Amino acid sequence: MNNRLINWFKYASPQSFYPLAGKMIPWFAALAVVFGVAGLWLGMVVAPTDFQQGEGYRIIFIHVPASWMSMFIYLVMAFWAALGLAYNTRLSGMMAQALAPTGALMAFLSLWTGALWGKPMWGTWWVWDARLTSELILLFLYIGFIALQASIDDPRRADKAGAVLALVGVVNIPIIYFSVKWWNTLHQGSSVSLTKSPSMAMLMLWSMLLMALCFWMYSIAVALYRARSIMLERERGTEWVKEVLAAEGEGVAK
Amino acid sequence: MTIHWNSFSEFLAMGGYGVYVWGSFGVNALIMIVEPIMAVQRRKSLVARLKRQSRAADRNKES
Repeated sequence: MNNRLINWFKYASPQSFYPLAGKMIPWFAALAVVFGVAGLWLGMVVAPTDFQQGEGYRIIFIHVPASWMSMFIYLVMAFWAALGLAYNTRLSGMMAQALAPTGALMAFLSLWTGALWGKPMWGTWWVWDARLTSELILLFLYIGFIALQASIDDPRRADKAGAVLALVGVVNIPIIYFSVKWWNTLHQGSSVSLTKSPSMAMLMLWSMLLMALCFWMYSIAVALYRARSIMLERERGTEWVKEVLAAEGEGVAK
Repeated sequence: MTIHWNSFSEFLAMGGYGVYVWGSFGVNALIMIVEPIMAVQRRKSLVARLKRQSRAADRNKES
C-alpha cells in the first residue's frame, strides 16, 4: 500500500515528470503522423462519395476530431485544475496551462471547419444554434483561462484563479455534448455514439477514428512539449533545472 | 482499397466543394504546423534566457 502511494506520486513532481515527458513526446509525435497519414489516405483518397453531401462531407474527418478534442482537452484541464485545488500539487497548474492553447486551437478549428461545412450544406456560415453557440462559449472559456493566468504575476495564484474558472466552465461541456438532443438544432445529431451502432459507412467511420487518434496524439505531444517549457520556467533556480540547462548546452537534451 | 479519384484535378475540385474542403484542411494543417514551431521557438528562447540569468547569478556570487 505504502509503496504504491510512493510510485503514484513519483511522477507528480516536475523533476521526474520532465525527463519522462521528454522520452514520450517523440513517440506521440510519430504516432500522430502515422495515424494522420493512414486517416487522410482512407478518408481523402479511398472513401467513396457521400450520397447526400457529395464530396463536401469529407470535412467531417477533421471537424469531428477537432470538436471531440476541444471538449476532451477541457475536461482534462478541469481535472488537473481540481487536482491542483485539492492537493496543491505543482504539476497540476503546469499541465492545465500547457493544455489551454491546444484546446483553444481545437475549439477554433471546430468552429472554422463547421462554418466551411455549414455554408454549402445549410446555406449559412453561422447560426445562433445551441451546438454552435456553446462551442463558441468553449473557445471563449479557453481564451478567458489563458488571459486570466497571464494577468496574474504569481504563478500559484494564477493557477488557483485559472482552476476556479476552468471548473465553473466545465458545466458547458455536457451542454455542448447534449445540445443536439436537448434543443431543436440545425446541427445534426451525433454520427457515432456509445449506445447504438454508428450511422456511418464502415470505411468512413474508420477514417474518422484514425483522424481522431491522430488529433489525440498530436495534442498530447504538443501539450507535453509546452508543459516541459513551463516546468523549466517555473522551477528555474532549482538544482534539477540547472542540470537540464547544463546538459542542453552540450547538445544532450533530456 | 481502390483509389476513388480518376484524376488529380478531380481530387482538387472535390466535386465542386474544393474551396470548403481545402479551406478546412488548409487551416487545420497550418495550425498543426505553426503551433509546434511556436512551442519550439518559445522553448529555445526560454532556455537561452534561463542560461543568461544563471550565468549572471553566478557572476554576482563571485564578485
